[in-house]
Order: sequence, then C-alpha cells, then structure tokens
Amino acid sequence: MTEGTLIKVGMADLNIAEGGAVLKTTGLGSCVGLTLYDPQLRLGGMAHIMLPTSEIAREGQVNIAKYADTAIPELLARMKSKGAVTGRLVAKMAGGAQMFAFMGGSDTMRIGPRNVEATKQALEYFKIPLVAEDTGGSYGRTVELNSQNGVFSIRSVQFGVKEI
Amino acid sequence: MNLFKNDADFKMDVLREVGNIGAGNAATALSTLLNKPVDMAVPTVSFIPFEEIAERVGGSEAVVIAIFLRVDGDAPGNMFFILNREPARRILQGLLGFNAAENDEYSELELSALSEIGNILAGSYLSSLADFTGLHMSPTVPSLAVDMAGAILSYGLLQFGTMGDDALLIDTTFLEGHQEAEGHFFLIPDPESFDKLFRALGVPI
Repeated sequence: MTEGTLIKVGMADLNIAEGGAVLKTTGLGSCVGLTLYDPQLRLGGMAHIMLPTSEIAREGQVNIAKYADTAIPELLARMKSKGAVTGRLVAKMAGGAQMFAFMGGSDTMRIGPRNVEATKQALEYFKIPLVAEDTGGSYGRTVELNSQNGVFSIRSVQFGVKEI
Repeated sequence: MNLFKNDADFKMDVLREVGNIGAGNAATALSTLLNKPVDMAVPTVSFIPFEEIAERVGGSEAVVIAIFLRVDGDAPGNMFFILNREPARRILQGLLGFNAAENDEYSELELSALSEIGNILAGSYLSSLADFTGLHMSPTVPSLAVDMAGAILSYGLLQFGTMGDDALLIDTTFLEGHQEAEGHFFLIPDPESFDKLFRALGVPI
C-alpha cells in the first residue's frame, strides 16, 4: 500500500491501512464509521458498523463487521496482527444520525444513537480513548482516515468537509 | 444466499407482479397530478447486497430526494420514493408553476409539495396492493430527506440487516415520456412479510 491509495470500506465491512493509504466509507446514515489509529506505526483501521449488537443476529454465518460488539474486537485483532499495541490506539468516529425524525419512539428508528452508544461501550471495554467524534444529527456522512497522520475527515451535503 | 427455499423463480415473478400493480397505480396518480403521461418500466425484483441498492440511484454518495415511509399492518416493510435533483425540479415546476430550487436549497413549500407527492404515490401503491392481496397495509406519515443515497437507504435495510448482507428490493422506475428515469419506487418488505404476501396470493410457501 502506497501513499494516496484509497481503500474502500463497504457497509458492514472493515479494513486496515498503512503507509499513507486512505480508508474511506461512504453514505453513513444511522451507521457508525469507527476508526482506530496507531500513530507510531502509522496504521489505521476502519469499520462501517450497521447494528449495535450481535445478540439480534439471526443470520447463519454472522458478519462480524456489522455489529459494534463484534466489529471492534475484530478490527483490534487485525491491527494487533500488524504490530499495533492497544495502549497506543486512539479512536475517532462519525455517523449515528437519525435521518428520519418522525418515528422517534420505535427502537429501529433510534438505531443511530444506539449504534453510537454500543460503539462507545466497546471502546471503553478495551480502554481505547475516543479522541474525537462527529455523531448524531439528521444527515449523511462520508468519512476518510489518512493512515499517514491519523486525520479523520468528514464530508456531508450540508456542511462540506471538516477534519477532526 | 437464497431467501426462498423452493419455487424461487416463481416467487420472484409474483413479487414482480406485486410491484407492477402497486407502481402502476402510483404512475397513474403521478400522471394525474402532473397532467402529463408518466410511464413506468417493468419492475425488477432482486435479492442484492446492501451496497448495490444505492447504486440503483447513482451511488452511495449521490444526493437524492427521498420520501420514506414505513408500511404498517399485515405485511410490514419499507417504502422509498426516490428522485434525483433534476427530475424533482421538473416535477415541482409542473406542479407549482414556477422555477423551483435553482440552487440546492429547497423552500418549505417545495419540500412540503414533494412530501405530499410521495404521500399520494405511496398511498396509491399500497392501496392497490392491499386490494390485490386482501391484506391490511397502511403507510405511516411520510418523511422527506435530501441527502446521500447510502445514508437514506440504509434505513430500509435494518430489518434485513440481522439476517444477512442482502435485501430483497422491488424496484420500479418511472419514466417521463422518453426521458430517462424520473424516479424510483423501492419496496423492501420485511423478511417476515414474504410468507404473508405469498399466502394471501395463494402461492405455496
């Protein structure tokens, strides 16, 4: 992987990048784009989390990248296998929006905030500090993590690009 | 992965007919509303990966105007009426009679008009479907968003999300004259609704 390489992370998918490659996931609504970064190795990881907990899974072969409680341990393991140290990792995340406001009561419709909550819980469990987040609201986001410097950029239709 | 254990092809045909009947009525309603002919393509029924659903309307990051409603009742599901920006502008022009939405900003009036169009179309789609199947189906209040297609459509995939990485989509494209796609009607029944739909239509499960 060389500088500027773009690695696309699909919905309910995860991947890692190093050597200046950029991880990107598009069109986050209620989903959460979580990134982990080891500044010493310049190694980054990204997960596009769709649902909070694998307890609700009814699929035969569980896609572990889909659920907050399984995606984070898997991403962590993938990064450790590349030499990352948990104590050095920092997390950033974006997404978890509530795109449609009208059905606030139903659990499905509150999925964005629940994804954010579950992601934070998992990070807390592994004692990985969440250093920046851009979550909530009612708009979609596309996010990128630059493995060269750990910069996390967020693009939305309304607000353009911002970096955290 | 296969959603239906047996007679999968036949069941897909039945769902195509479901889309045909629903969207046919909706196309008529749209045509009345705009006072000009509106055509529709033969619906496509596909069991496809989540990622590919947004590709149907220009990709995950494409900005679309979407009216979303949840279908309540015997066979619940999610319904989207999706327009790209150009066709939305033309529809508003036809309906409100003035040059609407020159830039990307939509006024309250325009948004409310689009939302009402979605409401009318979804209502006619569902009522014909309810007549055809004898099932009770009612739309919730429509909700409108102008945003990235991926972010919007992911809401319709949550029910399938716990089952796998694919969803069954009944997609009907509206055409205005010989112009390209005017809009899309997406019906994504909840996974549990298929057996009910098939039973109501006398299809062996």
